[in-house]
Amino acid sequence: MKIEIKNGRVIDPANGIDKQADLYVADGRIAAVGRSPSGFTAEGSIDASGCIVCPGLVDLAARLREPGFEYKATLESEMAAAAAGGVTSLACPPDTDPPLDEPGLVEMLKHRARLPDFAHVYPIGALTAGLAGQRLTEMAELAEAGCVAFGQANTVVLNTQVLMRAMQYAATFGFPVWLAAQDPYLAAGGVAHDGEVAARLGLPGVPVVAETIALATILHLAQVAGARLHVTRISSAAGLDMVHAARRAGIAVTCDVSVHHLHLCENDIGYFDPHARLDPPLRSVADRDALRAGLADGTVDALCSDHTPVDDDGKQAPFSEAEAGATGLELLLPLMLKWSAEAKVPLAQALARVTSEPARVLGLEAGTLGVGRAADICVFDPEARTRVTRQRLKSQGKNTPFLGQELPGEVRYTLIDGHLAYSPPL
Amino acid sequence: MNHDNPQLNKNGELQHLLTLDGLPREIIMSILDNAAPFTEVAEREVKKVPLLRGKSVFNLFFENSTRTRTTFEIAAKRLSADVINLNINTSSTAKGETLLDTVDNLAAMQADMFVVRHASSGAPYLIAQHLRNIGADHIRVVNAGDGRHAHPTQGLLDMYTIRHYKKDFTGLTCAIVGDVLHSRVARSQIHALKTLGVPDIRVVGPKTLLPTGVEHMGVRVFHDMREGLRGADVVMMLRLQNERMNGALLPSPQEYFKYYGLTPDKLELAKPNAIVMHPGPMNRGVEIDSAVADGGQAVILPQVTFGIAVRMAVMSMLGAGN
Repeated sequence: MKIEIKNGRVIDPANGIDKQADLYVADGRIAAVGRSPSGFTAEGSIDASGCIVCPGLVDLAARLREPGFEYKATLESEMAAAAAGGVTSLACPPDTDPPLDEPGLVEMLKHRARLPDFAHVYPIGALTAGLAGQRLTEMAELAEAGCVAFGQANTVVLNTQVLMRAMQYAATFGFPVWLAAQDPYLAAGGVAHDGEVAARLGLPGVPVVAETIALATILHLAQVAGARLHVTRISSAAGLDMVHAARRAGIAVTCDVSVHHLHLCENDIGYFDPHARLDPPLRSVADRDALRAGLADGTVDALCSDHTPVDDDGKQAPFSEAEAGATGLELLLPLMLKWSAEAKVPLAQALARVTSEPARVLGLEAGTLGVGRAADICVFDPEARTRVTRQRLKSQGKNTPFLGQELPGEVRYTLIDGHLAYSPPL
Repeated sequence: MNHDNPQLNKNGELQHLLTLDGLPREIIMSILDNAAPFTEVAEREVKKVPLLRGKSVFNLFFENSTRTRTTFEIAAKRLSADVINLNINTSSTAKGETLLDTVDNLAAMQADMFVVRHASSGAPYLIAQHLRNIGADHIRVVNAGDGRHAHPTQGLLDMYTIRHYKKDFTGLTCAIVGDVLHSRVARSQIHALKTLGVPDIRVVGPKTLLPTGVEHMGVRVFHDMREGLRGADVVMMLRLQNERMNGALLPSPQEYFKYYGLTPDKLELAKPNAIVMHPGPMNRGVEIDSAVADGGQAVILPQVTFGIAVRMAVMSMLGAGN
């Protein structure tokens, strides 16, 4: 099908394009930007007046809860959330039940996700069987089944010898290793940043050193193993400094930050708001400000939603008993725009953090509007403001610390492989 | 986000008693003032006043506590309320009922007040917010201790005791000694002492038992107990839980007693008329020497007596609002 997207402002950070232009889609690919290709007859037309036309968003962390947690969310509900959020590619961590540690499970997920309205799904395979940290998974087989990287979701490999071998094995095939940096001993029992707020509220703390100790371990091992390392959901200024120093020392490391840690801090726990129960915990104002600066200057490669649908039973509990996590797929774009406006980061540069940069981390030819590339496109109105409500959220997870807030930007259309996956209800 | 403190209503009046953090000085003082006449009720032949007659007070204890539950029960009964005791850790939650299911059920039984003890910090907030969400605002919540967070009636009875013996807060040096990290009592004491204008609040303990950033709560930190007690008017000892005596927090109760136990010779460093307090139950020979616990400076039993009067004051103030 041939589609024209008219009258929009096209921003394609990867190609340095930011101009008023029409965009042409044919056979699921970008056919042209600017001038209509010869002989192009549009079968469908989208009026993007007042809107920005950009690459579909690439989210480095979205839990779809399949298989195993279908009562919390299903592929259908979360894919509807992705499309409504302008997200066209997403990486999902392996902490499903069972974990993504066998090729059959990955093939099943990829197969289930192969519908035209669904975003492209890039599973992160389990680095160790059952995420148990003892035995390597069949990484090469898993990669053939569709895994693009290997990790442990929010768990760790305690045994450093196993961790080094897992990294070496992944490096053998050139597979990136994605790891969260949190020492489980130092974080044991903790539910909030070990600081002023936790001290006052009497909440068991997770100290920053839990992140830096774990980072020191994985950075050293990645260097020795020659593995490409991606650090997921970094939370502290000290941790970010270590990633920065490692990169300067020539270690191949990238990292991402979640929308929550970009905007919120320990004070947002308020009076024990379970919505602010997140993993890793929300840290100090100074940490948050360092993450914001890091995302602007490129020390942090990408912004992710850390989408984790949690049902009401999981959240309607005392803070320390509440399940960690928040819904995020539909908030990634608005929260990127909010950061861009507040931190005075040019829109094209901010957009790169949710499009071309995460695509680069994933090693994908996505997140761009280059001619010939897959027509994964997001059309949004940057001036619209929408209030986050349970009713509006398409995700089955209705819990987020941003509930009730008015955020900038509203997605008008989402195209996946040139197929209109989302258009606003009339 | 839950950024409104649910314990005060729109007019700034006490709706629930959840914490002493941010509780205005006038409210604290009025609770202490209201408590004074209730100490006399206990001395009457008929130890009852009819202030809460016809009201139902539910003691919701999700964590065991004989002592605190008993003092709330006595306080409510002396106010002529009907008291229902529920030890929930042994009943419904074991059957998988959530905290809020339990609350819904009890609200449907026309409760007027919940006295809540829970092992998780913030649980009474969840209950208070839930009551608002289901339109049951008339049910008042009294926090009888939540996790490490707060034990406001204990903090208030401690303030009552200090005022009883010292009259004025504004020139005092108060030392809180022991396991501050895990103590809801210490947090409530610190907030109340600050609000009441105590200029020198000290916390004393090994680094393993003090929270990160405790100095932001407006206290001075001492690791040497002798230095921490020097010149103190009030020494407030904290209970050390059994499970914390041998492990990664402390090597042994013997070593703890040697360095942080209150003995007569360490007490000599405080002012001669210093009072010694303890929230109970005491571990003699661990945090406090029997010679001090039973000595002339200890006001530990008067604390218990005042505790009933203070709880009567809190419950009558909340109940009168219905």
